[in-house]
Amino acid sequence: MQDSIEREVLIRAPIERVWEIVTTPEHMGRWFGDAGATRAGDVITMAWEEHGEAELEIVREEPPTAFAYRWDANVKEAGRTLVEFTLSEEPGGTRVRVVESGFAALAAPAAVRDELREGNTRGWEHELGDLERYAATVAV
Amino acid sequence: MTEDVFTALADPTRRRVLDLLAEHGYGTATSLAAELPVSRPAVIKHLAVLDRAGLVSARRHGREVRYVVRPEPLAETAAWMARLAAQWDARLDAIRALAEQD
Repeated sequence: MQDSIEREVLIRAPIERVWEIVTTPEHMGRWFGDAGATRAGDVITMAWEEHGEAELEIVREEPPTAFAYRWDANVKEAGRTLVEFTLSEEPGGTRVRVVESGFAALAAPAAVRDELREGNTRGWEHELGDLERYAATVAV
Repeated sequence: MTEDVFTALADPTRRRVLDLLAEHGYGTATSLAAELPVSRPAVIKHLAVLDRAGLVSARRHGREVRYVVRPEPLAETAAWMARLAAQWDARLDAIRALAEQD
């Protein structure tokens, strides 16, 4: 099994603007959560209407290129994964690369198995649906 | 006590054991030890962890115990990882939409 998920996207916007959207609570509360986000020190608390809150512990913050946090929202009580954003300037825009790693070390058999067995987690489905709707409205 | 799939797969030797079993169709502690840089007793311990995680099953065949891969937990884990990856695609799309508006 792989230990990490890697994804990237090219955005036609300046790196400073992309950095602000990726890292500030007012924006994270829109593209990530759906019920706002607040920051206190190195901890960002994300909220979702359907499935509560998650805490993100920021472990790296080097504007405008590197942002990383640990969180446990994928499988509650199974341990935390590390999410690392890397922003780089390219002709025509900003490349955002995200790597979520640490899955191999997750250990909470019951929680993980429940999550796996469910096969189609309702909460996540909701979040995805919300994001797609949100993306569609702002893209117009 | 059941062993977690993630914990079982965290060890590179155990991942190699699964690769070898998948490659050859089946293997024994002796045949695996011949292809790995670890002893037969160590292979037996790794097989026990994989067995408890449901990733291999053992069957006695004459005087030897043959191990085969059980793909179901791997497929479930891969499906779960694929869902998490799809969530990141959606989040990155939302970030792009926000950054590119105006």
